[in-house]
Amino acid sequence: MDVKLVFLILTFSISVLGMLAFVIALIQKQVLVPHQAAEAIFGNGELGTSELDAKSALSSHWQKLDQSARRPITFAIVVSVIWLVLGSIFGLLVSFKFHAPDFLGTQALLTFGKLRPLHLNIIAYGWLSPAALAVAMWLVPRLTKVPLQNTKILFAAGFLWNIGVILGCIGILFGYSDGLEWLEFWWPFKILLALAGAMVAIPLFHTVYLSKEKHLYVTLWYFIGALIWFPVLFIIANSHFLHSGVQQAIVNWWFAHNVLGLWVTPLGIGIVYYLIPKITGYPIASYQLSLFGFWGLALFYSQVGMHHLLGGPIPTWLGNLSVVMSVGMSIPVITTAINHHVSTYRHFHVLKDSVVLRFVVFGAMSYTVSSLQGSLHSLRTFNYITHFTHWTVSHAHLGLYGFTTMVLFGGIYFALPRLVGRNFKHPGLLNLHFWIAATGIIIYAVGLGIGGWLQGEELRNIHGSFETSVKLTIPYLIVRSVGGTLMLISHILMLYNVLSILRPEKVEVSK
Amino acid sequence: MNKAYIFVFGSTSTIALSIFLFVLVPRMQITEVNSESISAQTPYTDAELRGRHVYIENGCIYCHSQQVRDPVAGADKQFGWGRPSLPSDYIYDKPHLLGTMRTGPDLSNIGSRQPSRDWHHLHLYNPRSLVSWSIMPGFSFLYDISISKESPKEGAIRVPGAEDQWLVPHEEAEDLVSYLKSLKRDREPMKASEAIK
Repeated sequence: MDVKLVFLILTFSISVLGMLAFVIALIQKQVLVPHQAAEAIFGNGELGTSELDAKSALSSHWQKLDQSARRPITFAIVVSVIWLVLGSIFGLLVSFKFHAPDFLGTQALLTFGKLRPLHLNIIAYGWLSPAALAVAMWLVPRLTKVPLQNTKILFAAGFLWNIGVILGCIGILFGYSDGLEWLEFWWPFKILLALAGAMVAIPLFHTVYLSKEKHLYVTLWYFIGALIWFPVLFIIANSHFLHSGVQQAIVNWWFAHNVLGLWVTPLGIGIVYYLIPKITGYPIASYQLSLFGFWGLALFYSQVGMHHLLGGPIPTWLGNLSVVMSVGMSIPVITTAINHHVSTYRHFHVLKDSVVLRFVVFGAMSYTVSSLQGSLHSLRTFNYITHFTHWTVSHAHLGLYGFTTMVLFGGIYFALPRLVGRNFKHPGLLNLHFWIAATGIIIYAVGLGIGGWLQGEELRNIHGSFETSVKLTIPYLIVRSVGGTLMLISHILMLYNVLSILRPEKVEVSK
Repeated sequence: MNKAYIFVFGSTSTIALSIFLFVLVPRMQITEVNSESISAQTPYTDAELRGRHVYIENGCIYCHSQQVRDPVAGADKQFGWGRPSLPSDYIYDKPHLLGTMRTGPDLSNIGSRQPSRDWHHLHLYNPRSLVSWSIMPGFSFLYDISISKESPKEGAIRVPGAEDQWLVPHEEAEDLVSYLKSLKRDREPMKASEAIK
């Protein structure tokens, strides 16, 4: 029989069976969760106490679990922060080149078209993925009450992943590129990434399997989902022999949006679902709603990618499907927003005491804003203006920086002191990092968003000219560079913070 | 054991549904649509394919799209970018280079719009020498400048305004320009049923 037909029937029946299993689980009341389950993350007598100080009795209660995979996770955090600094340097160079096109322009290796994919890939695969996985895997023992299993596999995965990223970047510089956005790394190097990604799933599933907890906390749902989704997406999108022409463009953007929606986003949301209640000391507002959030994301987010190709040579029904699903995304976004923001609002004063919470709450707020923005500009009326413009870039940064990166800053600043058993020596520098980064991304997103919108209106104006659409963006591109500079400064500060906590304190009591 | 299986199974089925809808069905549909017409495009020559790789390597896609939208969506037609794109315009494209940014103009039909080889070379060498407001990077590293009274090499281009300066394109630049000149997605495809007659 035709292979295509087999796959067609297979995927269709898996999805129908999945729905069926879901309905059965619903009838058997396996899916609904009691509100007390939201308290699963609190140990005895912890409810109502903020976890602020890594040296407090509360944190030391978790010490054994927190340090069960100390080495691989610390390694991943440090390496990803170095990638972050490197990736933002390239990003800033690219940004300068928009308003100073001859800047560093005579060298083949420093041309715009090479630094631009270098920036994206380093941030996506060097910073976001490993940093999110590090914080997520650090949380797994706290959620399962089992020390992390297979830490050697995790370590090996970390090495393999980073070697893949290094080789991929060198490849881009020297012309070895698959030529697809978000998938530029040359395919032999991407095999390393796929392998490493799948290897990370082993400790997760093994640890979850050993857990005696009756209930899996919401954070784990998202981690499980992400680690199933990413390898599948990555392997299918990189099976280049299957794809060509317009169909490849469809798969390209199906992947590119899913890597945000089904990989980075669920890891980020999962971390928020843990940190907000843990730091405020009270469970999230509505545990039932979190179910809608998760299943809504799983169903809707996996089908939104085609709004990147509206108006292009793709089947109309496919574009419409993605528009409907993008609007549908507002359901999980709003439910998640209620949970995150109401929980924060009730214990707002903790924001004064905890820089970590400040990062996380800023991230959660950006998630709401950028997601609703995403639903809105997937509508054809809006999309026809924003498509092909800097608006998209602004939106992407609001999501990946304002939301995910800020949450990961918080997550790393929460995890590191508990991994090494010391507090940060200069908490003021964490606070400084927060304000510089937050100011930077706000300037970036607002400035470039306005510029992109005006550019889009000009590209739609039948009496307009392309020349005007280029000229009018220049001031906004300069504003973007200002925001970007602030972001880079904050990252260098972060690298200093991370490295300084790793150094053992000098004044140690000798035996 | 806990309820992890619900999430494993549920996540697997949603992604399966997504693969069904976005990978498999469009693939079948586009194959069918393409079989109904004969593309006006011709296969790329070796030089054009090498040029296509230079285009990929230097990241042209990050500023230039190669897809023309329906008139409802934008002023693509008024800007001279040609008719709305069809799936059959891309049958020789692997990897696809549709692009989603228009920091620079669309290039679907740049070969028809700008057939001059010399223009392309001078523009690639220094875009602002021809288009004062351009923010495109120059690709001077794909060229040599030679000073002489006579043409130093076949294919060298005299730099306008300078009597004795010649632009000598590297082979990569020649390939890139052949590729750009081959982009002519403005001809209509023929219906397969008509072609048989």
